[in-house]
Amino acid sequence: MFELAVDLPVVWFTLRVAALAVLLLAPFGLALALLLARRRFPGKALLETLVSLPLVLPPVATGLLLLKFLGRRGPGGRAARSLFGVDVVFTWKAVVVAMMVMSLPLLVRTARVAFEEVNPRLEAVARTLGASEVRVLSTVTLPLASRGIAAGLLLAFARSLGEFGATILVAGNIPGRTTTIATAIYNDVQTGLDGSAYGLLAVSAALAFGAIFLSEVWLKRRTNA
Amino acid sequence: MTLSLEGFRLPLTPFALELDVTLSAHVTAVFGPSGAGKTSLLEAVAGLRHPQRGRIVLSGRVLDDAAAGVRVPPRQRAVGYVTQDDSLFPHLSVAGNLRYGAGRGVARKAPLGEDRIVDTLGLASLLDRSPATLSGGERRRVALGRALLSTPEILLLDEPLSGLDRPLKVRVLEHLLKIKAAFPLPILYVTHEAAEVEALADEVVVLDAGHLVARGAPADVLRDGAPGRSDRHLAG
Repeated sequence: MFELAVDLPVVWFTLRVAALAVLLLAPFGLALALLLARRRFPGKALLETLVSLPLVLPPVATGLLLLKFLGRRGPGGRAARSLFGVDVVFTWKAVVVAMMVMSLPLLVRTARVAFEEVNPRLEAVARTLGASEVRVLSTVTLPLASRGIAAGLLLAFARSLGEFGATILVAGNIPGRTTTIATAIYNDVQTGLDGSAYGLLAVSAALAFGAIFLSEVWLKRRTNA
Repeated sequence: MTLSLEGFRLPLTPFALELDVTLSAHVTAVFGPSGAGKTSLLEAVAGLRHPQRGRIVLSGRVLDDAAAGVRVPPRQRAVGYVTQDDSLFPHLSVAGNLRYGAGRGVARKAPLGEDRIVDTLGLASLLDRSPATLSGGERRRVALGRALLSTPEILLLDEPLSGLDRPLKVRVLEHLLKIKAAFPLPILYVTHEAAEVEALADEVVVLDAGHLVARGAPADVLRDGAPGRSDRHLAG
């Protein structure tokens, strides 16, 4: 048999990069969700499709696209090099980017529904009461959509924790540098380290259960309010 | 105060709201059947819709001028708009709702005074409550108070008694009469109830399918009851 073991540094690394990915994604994803919820513009259907694409595209294919884009000869890679003097692919930064891209649809779709459920009349009345657009957003729209936004952020976090396909292509599986819970499980199974694999399985199951459970509770409370 | 709509045209479906009128009564009722364009008129004055043609001028201040491309945004109009569904902010207390617009608008005059507004509308005991716990009549009073506290130059009321049962209607009407007596603030009052027009208004304009079909003192205009027949008064 095997001895159950939890590779804590891998768990800790995964939690940190996933949190960073959600943090970096949040402003962009929420702005996109608000745009899709409130505005009509040419090319909207195209943008909606692009945002949701990572949901259905094979993650490995998304990873390959990212690898080409962020690689040394890709436009993203060259920009990162000339602007910040850093390489992205096969570093923890690539893990973050893969997590951001893969969890974008979950955040945008959940937050968009939350924004759509905010009655536009309340925003209109706030404007007649003298509120600027920034104040309307911060005192009416965001607070009223907050549960849906929180649920969306949590789903994005959960999706990031489990990210595998895009990560392994664009960041590899370098122990101590880019290995996450998901890629570590794969490694452990390949090399016969069953105890470590089951330990990480238990951790990721607990994290995923907690995140989904909380987001369900938040979404339900919002619809009942 | 005068509110002028000059060559005003706002396309609606299936007709357009077309008005050329100057209003200067203390309380002007905008009377007419459902779908006559009454709410759209309030929304245009509030700046939530913009005319395709013409101008809106409030006390000499141009709020909209389609030809000149003038569109003063709602937050700078100093209008107290009370919507039909009262639109209270559900995540704020009554006090939070009341103070939302206080001191934030583009007040050109001294505020009406929070204490006086709270007294006039009998809101003192409600301040800590959440809107979800209020009755229909209480919600209307809070919405009225919130609009008054933003120091508006005109109050726009969209059927403030609709959806209330009879005793509540009477009580909210009493509060509206108190507001009228306590504050020298022009009121544009949208309704399809003749009784409300008679109780409250100094002048009434009758809208039908986007057009003004009659105007005058409530007693004269409403003598025949149905607004459909009031075009007779235009000739007279």
